[in-house]
Amino acid sequence: MKLGKSKRDHVSSTTLDQAFSRRSFVIGGAMGGIGVLLAGRMAFIAIAENEKYELESESNRVNLSLIAPRRGWILDRNGAPLASNKADFRVDVIPDQLIDTRATLAALGKILDLDATAMADITKRVDEAASFQPVEIATGLDYEDFAAVSVRLPDLPGVIPQRSFSRYYPTGPSVGHLLGYVGPANAEEYEEEGNPLLITPGFKIGKDALEQQFEMDLRGVPGARRVEVTASGRIVKELETREDVQGEPVHLTIDGPLQDYAARRIGLESGSAAVMDCRTGDILCMSSMPSFDPNSFSAGIGSVEYAMLREDERVPLRNKVLKGLYPPASTVKPMVSMALLRAGVDPEERVQCSGGLRVGNRVFRCWKRGGHGAVDMAMGVYQSCDVYFYAMAQRIGMDPIALMARRCGMGQEFDLPVISQFYGTVPDPAWKLKKYEREWQPYDTVNATIGQGYMLANPLQLAVMSARLATGRHVEPRLNRKTPVKGFDMVDFSDEHVRYVRQSMSDVVNGPGTAGRARLPIEDVLMAGKTGTAQVVGLSNSDGRTGPWKYRDHGLFIFFAPFDNPRYAGAVVIEHGGGSGSAYPIARDIMTFMFDPEKGMEALSALEAQWGGTAQQRLIGKYTAYAAAAGETVTPAPTRSEEIFDQVEAEARIASRQSEQIAESVVVPRPEADPRSAPRVPQASPATAIPTPESTPVAAPTQTPST
Amino acid sequence: MSIVPAPVARQPWGMLFPLLILIGFGALVLYSAAGGSWEPYAASHLVRFGVFLVMAIVMTLFSANLVKFATYPVYVLTLLLLVLVEAMGQINGGSQRWLNLGFMQLQPSELMKPAIVLVLARFYSDLPVGMISSWRALVPAGVLIGIPVALVLVQPDLGTSLAILFGGGVVMFLAGLPMRWFAILGAAGAVLTPLAFFFALQPYQQRRVTTLLDPASDPLGAGYHITQSKIAIGSGGLTGKGFNEGSQSHLQYLPEPHTDFVFATMAEEWGFIGGLVVIVCFALILRWGLLVARRSKDRFGKLVAAGMVATIFFYVAVNLLMVMGFAPVVGIPLPFMSHGGSSMLTNMICIGSLMMVNRWNSRQGSSGLTH
Repeated sequence: MKLGKSKRDHVSSTTLDQAFSRRSFVIGGAMGGIGVLLAGRMAFIAIAENEKYELESESNRVNLSLIAPRRGWILDRNGAPLASNKADFRVDVIPDQLIDTRATLAALGKILDLDATAMADITKRVDEAASFQPVEIATGLDYEDFAAVSVRLPDLPGVIPQRSFSRYYPTGPSVGHLLGYVGPANAEEYEEEGNPLLITPGFKIGKDALEQQFEMDLRGVPGARRVEVTASGRIVKELETREDVQGEPVHLTIDGPLQDYAARRIGLESGSAAVMDCRTGDILCMSSMPSFDPNSFSAGIGSVEYAMLREDERVPLRNKVLKGLYPPASTVKPMVSMALLRAGVDPEERVQCSGGLRVGNRVFRCWKRGGHGAVDMAMGVYQSCDVYFYAMAQRIGMDPIALMARRCGMGQEFDLPVISQFYGTVPDPAWKLKKYEREWQPYDTVNATIGQGYMLANPLQLAVMSARLATGRHVEPRLNRKTPVKGFDMVDFSDEHVRYVRQSMSDVVNGPGTAGRARLPIEDVLMAGKTGTAQVVGLSNSDGRTGPWKYRDHGLFIFFAPFDNPRYAGAVVIEHGGGSGSAYPIARDIMTFMFDPEKGMEALSALEAQWGGTAQQRLIGKYTAYAAAAGETVTPAPTRSEEIFDQVEAEARIASRQSEQIAESVVVPRPEADPRSAPRVPQASPATAIPTPESTPVAAPTQTPST
Repeated sequence: MSIVPAPVARQPWGMLFPLLILIGFGALVLYSAAGGSWEPYAASHLVRFGVFLVMAIVMTLFSANLVKFATYPVYVLTLLLLVLVEAMGQINGGSQRWLNLGFMQLQPSELMKPAIVLVLARFYSDLPVGMISSWRALVPAGVLIGIPVALVLVQPDLGTSLAILFGGGVVMFLAGLPMRWFAILGAAGAVLTPLAFFFALQPYQQRRVTTLLDPASDPLGAGYHITQSKIAIGSGGLTGKGFNEGSQSHLQYLPEPHTDFVFATMAEEWGFIGGLVVIVCFALILRWGLLVARRSKDRFGKLVAAGMVATIFFYVAVNLLMVMGFAPVVGIPLPFMSHGGSSMLTNMICIGSLMMVNRWNSRQGSSGLTH
């Protein structure tokens, strides 16, 4: 202290030197301290926290990207694809990674030669997408376009061109409602599932119907690619790649060619057809028209196309087989007959039909104003005499009829792998009281017995009703081949009753009935059926046949064949077709196609020539016309290249039948099949073999023609 | 007699060995940072060292009088260069820190670091001993430091202006200025630092400081450098990923892998062992420098040597603190390892000055009590 004080008063060169020594020692110490601190810090980072940083370094270096798995095929009952995959090239963008969105999209539009409509759609999709979610710019590109985008990649950050597979529906609109379509997952779907696969570029999920229902089967296991990337995202090298595992195929009971045929046969009408196999309950076709082409949804539906579909009063976006509800009209009469038989009504008992019946203070008319005269049950069915049923139904009351309707499938929801089915209404006194708090009136019974009033059913229910009446068994419809066959051990009706109803329904077509023109043009197969004409508006609005389309009557027809040993049963419903005359010719041709495809096809070809092409061709034509009217330029849907898919087209059935006919006769070997002659390159014909497509399904489809 | 010739044996090997290790090691790291190539970093690194080593040896031959005589002109010349650079920046419309000399880009602000040490050493060695605690010891020195610091700050180059302040401050501290002044300065600093942070720093500099406190707050922005540097060092572990195997540097996750973050590049490939070698080498060099200062009988020599040590130390400490996430990202390279002509020049001037003072010391020692 003393020294310090004196230093301040008297500073000498020596004290300064001492100060230097002291202070330089302090500085040296501080330096050493910092050195030790640094060494300690480094030891902490590099040794104690090594594991953490090593992990971070690896996650910097290695980029794991998922490869969208190939979607499983959807196969028809014979193993032919209703939905498959087509190898092509695609371009996506990830909005997150775009630096100048507008400029990048404009550049892409120029390279890919996209028109204004497409550009507007893409811009909209990019704006609406979550930033991390890839947005499809174009699919189905050829290699030139793909290469053109690829070479410009350095200037186009966020653009991802890649090889991929797009969903392909060979028969387009014919399966639209049945299968649904696929599309990129939206933000909510991603939130819900939280699976990074959903935002993998090129990955699509099922958006409707079976594609959605069987999503988890069809999806498959994504592949993965581990690549070493630089900080700017450039790929340095590939480390390893795990192949994707294609999704499981889904085997349906649908008969591809029949599905296509029925859809096309509905033609310009708006309606649906369902056909079932009476021996298994297999749903062979559920065609609903007009429809959309799921192929164009798969590639990202354009706003013009969507607008066209939405504006159509024939609701091409609704699956009418499951979600169309119609008054079943006179098609319920065989079912009511069955109820009467079970209630002990003697079928021989006659009712005098004079063209109407007074019930309470109202007169209910028979469709035949002049009256049928004396009518027994069979005639009540084949002549569709309303008065007979008015009278008999009042005798047994509504409850047994409603019970029978439910037993036949009306008002029922079937155990099917579908997203939704409307199950309609079977009215009875309890139902009316509950719903309207009003008493059931005799005229309610009268209305219900002719399938009007509150009664509503969808076409599949009508087909099931037809199958149950035809077989007497509680046939359960099935759509997936894996579902066990059910209901055949349950006998609903006695053989005697079944025989009676079968005969009366056969007479509708083959006897003195209401649908003589429905007779099959095949010698030994007799179809049984029942016509129905459902009134949709009051008589004051329309006579049901002319006037505005939406006021016209629905045409219905239920059928099965052969009538004495039912093999197929089904229903056709034509919306506003102007009466049953619009429905049964379609049913006739569908059944003709089942028993003699060539004859069926002839009939269809003649009609399609008048209509202006197949359903798919007409849809494309309609789109072009619509878009032209909307003042937009349109690129027509690409024409198909894979002829292998012809199998599920209706024409394919004829070809397969030809080989079958030969198979049952003595085959004279052709020279090319002679083992002693020079081998020839086998010509793969759609009827005999399926060339291996680029993406083979797990179970290779094999052709086993159904008979 | 030793088999080693006397001129060789006379060289300060205690400093030169660690220095050569650092230079060689630095060349290897730069070789790797260039993706396994001598070009463009490692070869020029070695060539520059060669050139500047010759320069340092030439400096060794200067006498104390010559150096004292040249001190003020060198300081003024460097100041003029700083003004020139600033003027050129104004003309070219943008900030410019360097002059292109053809073979290298010279940053006059780098030259100012040794220059400030020299000029303050000269000032305090000339200052009459009794005035050391008067205002006349403080104000001229403050002006000498303040002018270049202000010029460098407007460039703007916070790192270099801090380096100049630090070098000058250490010389003033060692010159024996009253301890209470430093205590007052420290207290004032504690008050002024937050004020400076909010009012004097540019937004980008503020961001560097805030990110230092929490690198995770902005992992892809300003925190990116620190985060990636720590990943590089941390993933190196004890022995590193191996020469030329550093993924952080090779895949460009590490920013500036050949200049400011060369230590991280090294640590990733050589691990903690490599880092320890570097730190020990610097410790040996700085310890030797401080011993040279303490051994000097001459006040000028003492202050020059200690100031040079402080200058080198500032580079090393700030750079290493930065790469390990203890200091904000300021553009300060690691001496003898980072690629860059100006910093090599500055540090070799410091080394040259230390060798010069060391030679003055040995002359004194051999000639006995002749001064």
